[in-house]
Amino acid sequence: MRALNWIFVTAAALLAVALLAAATKPEAAWSKDELELLASLSINRLPPLPADPSNRVADDERAAELGQRLFFDTRLSSNGEVACATCHLPDKLFQDGTPLAKGVGTTDRRTMSIIGTARSPWQFWDGRKDSQWAQALGPLESAVEHGGNRTQYAHLAATHYRAEYEAVFGKLPDLGKLPANAGPVDDPKARAEWEAMAPADRDMVTGVFANLGKAIAAYERKIEPGASRFDAYVQAATTGDAAKMRATLTQDEVAGLGLFIGKGQCVQCHGGPLLTNNEFHNTGVPAARGLAADAGRLSGAKKVLQDEFNCLGRYSDAKPQQCGEINFLAGDSGNQLRQFRVPSLRNVAQRAPYMHAGQFATLKEVLEHYNRAPAAPQGHSELKPLGLNDAEIEQLQAFLGALSGPVNAQPRWLKAPGRQGAPG
Amino acid sequence: MTATHFLPTRRLLALTPLLFAAALAGGCMHASHAGPPQAAGEYATERVSAQGAWRISYKSDPTPIPVHRLHAWTLHVASPDGTPVTGAAIKVDGDMPQHGHGLPTRPRVTRELGNGDYLVEGVKFQMGGWWVMDFEVTAAGRTDRVRFNLQLGK
Repeated sequence: MRALNWIFVTAAALLAVALLAAATKPEAAWSKDELELLASLSINRLPPLPADPSNRVADDERAAELGQRLFFDTRLSSNGEVACATCHLPDKLFQDGTPLAKGVGTTDRRTMSIIGTARSPWQFWDGRKDSQWAQALGPLESAVEHGGNRTQYAHLAATHYRAEYEAVFGKLPDLGKLPANAGPVDDPKARAEWEAMAPADRDMVTGVFANLGKAIAAYERKIEPGASRFDAYVQAATTGDAAKMRATLTQDEVAGLGLFIGKGQCVQCHGGPLLTNNEFHNTGVPAARGLAADAGRLSGAKKVLQDEFNCLGRYSDAKPQQCGEINFLAGDSGNQLRQFRVPSLRNVAQRAPYMHAGQFATLKEVLEHYNRAPAAPQGHSELKPLGLNDAEIEQLQAFLGALSGPVNAQPRWLKAPGRQGAPG
Repeated sequence: MTATHFLPTRRLLALTPLLFAAALAGGCMHASHAGPPQAAGEYATERVSAQGAWRISYKSDPTPIPVHRLHAWTLHVASPDGTPVTGAAIKVDGDMPQHGHGLPTRPRVTRELGNGDYLVEGVKFQMGGWWVMDFEVTAAGRTDRVRFNLQLGK
């Protein structure tokens, strides 16, 4: 009996010593591997902006200035009311906070933020474009977004942006005899006019149209994500600054971070400094009510391979060997059915609603979905139930709130440019 | 340790021996459930193909194998006695068996480098974890397959 008492006393003493040691060295709460993983998520690890060889003016300041003016110009639409900035609002992190984007009509997808998109090999939820400039051209021709057409935009450039355009791209071709409205669009009249044009004229106009996209992309490249409280915490953790760690994230946020890289398995796809692998996964997101079935990446992969504006196409400035991913893209893999692009989680708490058609109104709904892991409406969901309790879901949600930070760009890029070139 | 830094992972560490025992018991009860291979040898970068036709090894560029990044491998194909095999036709595939999403790209041999070496471009892994890479090698009228297991960091 006496021996047993001694064992208890010794064990209690050892426990007390261990607890005391831990209390005085809180930074030791993360293992070496965990610290390395946290550091890999930090914004400090963002590599330099990758070059876009498909866009020869990607880093031309004058192109960015022209692109900024185009981005905010509502004349680039069928009704004079829709600009890129209509859905990509600078004061809303370059998105619109609504389930389905509204241009001249309503789309079937949620607006994605443009912050940091220069770093993604694919654009849109289904990756149907492979560069920022090719992406910018899609909505311009969509019947429910800008609703315009190629000759309309080329004429607009000639009338309102001639000097700026020619300074960047060289002389504008003579567009005088071309129809006011023509393009490969849904509108039957504009499409018929387009088909009646000579192939050389169509090519000429398409070249101007592509250049407008390249200018917009040069602007969008300036819009980068900034540091969040999470990044400050990682900085403190990797330098062993316990006081700074405690001052930066709350207990719940730290617990949520532990779940993020552990039991929640979030980091499997939301890895790297942008907290996304920029790839496509089927996570069993429910179908959006009232919309047609959405095949996601399966349809996007086919579209990008056929896109005349892809990196391999005639309007790209890249040599084929400079085009990375599209050279190795699977265009017909059954796995792609209903896969959607993994969005960056930076600023995620300020960006409700969630998923490709805004199916979830709150982050709590998103987390409950991942915890439950329901079957996919089409294809195969990669999720497995996580077994998180309510408290853990709240901790994860708290952590996601720590990923908010400012946009990292010069202030002049974060608003509409001055009067020059503005509508009216 | 302050409560601020009391993490679930730390709690799990304390339970490690228990979890290990449970995993062993679980393994016995569900032996047919395919999980990542446990033996270190299963992750070797040189393996003999399924029917013994080839001895195949790979090197990634860069090393270690990156995640989230397009990169290239060099595959070396030799006969069992080590003689390099040239002029082989090689099919490439890969998967993450527990997820079923396959590779995000379709890597392929883009160049035969000589001396039994083949450049495989377009390799990309979109997450950490257990992956397999399969190569079907046809040369001198024989076709055989090899599977490499990879355990990638996040």
